[in-house]
Amino acid sequence: MKALEINDLHKIYRSGFKALNGVFLDVQEGDFFGLLGPNGAGKTTTIGIITSLITKSRGQVEVFGIDIDRDFPAAKKLIGVVPQEYNFSIFEKVLDIVTQQAGYYGLSRDVARKNAEKYLRKLGLWDKRYTAARELSGGMKRRLMIARGLVHEPRLLILDEPTAGVDVELRRGMWDFLLELSRQGRTIILTTHYLEEAEQLCDRIAIINHGKIIENTGKKDLLRQLDRETFVLECANSVDHVESVDGIEFKKLDETTLEVTKTKACSINSIFSYLESKDIVIESMRNKTNRLEELFMELVER
Amino acid sequence: MKQHLISLYSIIRKELIRIFRIWIQTLVPPVITLTLYFIIFGSFIGSQLKNIGDYSYMSFIAPGLIMMSVITNSYANTVSSFFSAKFQRNIEELLVSPTPNWVIVLGYVCGGMARGISVGFLVSLVSLIFVRLPIHNLPVAVLFVFLTSFVFSLAGMINGIFAKKFDDISIVPTFVITPLTYLGGVFYSISLLPHFWQTVSRANPIVYMINGFRYGFLGTSDINVWVGLTMLIFFSVALFSANLILLKKGVGTRS
Repeated sequence: MKALEINDLHKIYRSGFKALNGVFLDVQEGDFFGLLGPNGAGKTTTIGIITSLITKSRGQVEVFGIDIDRDFPAAKKLIGVVPQEYNFSIFEKVLDIVTQQAGYYGLSRDVARKNAEKYLRKLGLWDKRYTAARELSGGMKRRLMIARGLVHEPRLLILDEPTAGVDVELRRGMWDFLLELSRQGRTIILTTHYLEEAEQLCDRIAIINHGKIIENTGKKDLLRQLDRETFVLECANSVDHVESVDGIEFKKLDETTLEVTKTKACSINSIFSYLESKDIVIESMRNKTNRLEELFMELVER
Repeated sequence: MKQHLISLYSIIRKELIRIFRIWIQTLVPPVITLTLYFIIFGSFIGSQLKNIGDYSYMSFIAPGLIMMSVITNSYANTVSSFFSAKFQRNIEELLVSPTPNWVIVLGYVCGGMARGISVGFLVSLVSLIFVRLPIHNLPVAVLFVFLTSFVFSLAGMINGIFAKKFDDISIVPTFVITPLTYLGGVFYSISLLPHFWQTVSRANPIVYMINGFRYGFLGTSDINVWVGLTMLIFFSVALFSANLILLKKGVGTRS
């Protein structure tokens, strides 16, 4: 079943700015779906329309087969949203924020409290339940929004850059939590600027640019499109200029560092063999950028 | 329906928590201000004035002062609470949920009424220190206070919907509500005015609210109580509908 189906979605703001120019998008139930795009590409507008914070100019949106024009409240019950910016009252207590949200979805007080406890414990906020939101750290505030987005047990969870400004350790913790939710069968749509995050978490990825989806496919298929890959090699000794050969280009970055770009047809083995023949010993090797990032740049700059 | 009632309860609970969390800003100042009114206008100045009808000046102004506190606090609560929810963007918590617009309006309005009537009750207790108010018709007094609080809570919500900055939430109370309240017969009977100003005063809806409430206590009114009641019902329906239309159109809430 499709968790989300978007057809020919347009949004023109009052200022005349066209944020969406005919978005078509399908997300299957159970997918961990990444929606990527540069700033102003239309990610947040798309999410805003799905969650009713932004009104569409035209087009159709269905959530688990429910058309938002026909029965938006029924569709909303199935969606949980974690926005990009903090949008809770900073004066309210953590537990109140989460249980109130459950109440807005019609959950009884007992169920609301039970679910709030479940997610606040999982996200390490239970000890802070009586703390006013303004006293939480940035990472805690992000986790609070995730707990709030999940409290009514939505089938579709939409996260708009949930790890922006979060330190590495916390980000990894959030990734584990989201992967656990995904394994439990929940459909997740994630927008992120961290392409490493999308590569780690998502099994399907769409790229939006200038209000249109320019790519929508499985992550592996997407990465297969990458025809060139760039690595940085740290050498044991200083190297001179290395001649490029068919399908492999070398660029000297400093005395002991080489940048090598290979086409898809060339194997990594052939790079090593070639360098060995030049008596160059490689100590370490890393991708210059994340593979998805490389492809992303290629697609959005087309 | 049960789901809507839970949503409504959640909004009202949130509003009550807010009112009592900042009670030093919401409940205490109006009581202090109105106590000063009783002392200065009722006791110091009022003792030098002759009766209005069969009642002492203090008895005459007490219902008006109570109603004035209900009006200003009902309005102030919804406008500040709704605007603050917009400003902090936590209104989005409600907008993304399946809560229907009528529940959102009713929830905020109940919050406004809770504050308006709580302050009105506290001011009534203070008034007992200065004057013993007779009760002529309790149901009329209760009906007028509830409907007036309902109407001004709805009006405050409309202001909150349109407000874009903090200045916008004080313009209407300062330049519209306060003058209309002062000219609405709190401190005088409009029958004391020249004929022309009596006619002008009858265009002020607050005159009807204050007089209707005063009738409930003293049994005396400058206007027909039924006209006042009809007017309040009309304003209730009109302002509730206006709120629903504004929320449906997404004015001030959705892009």
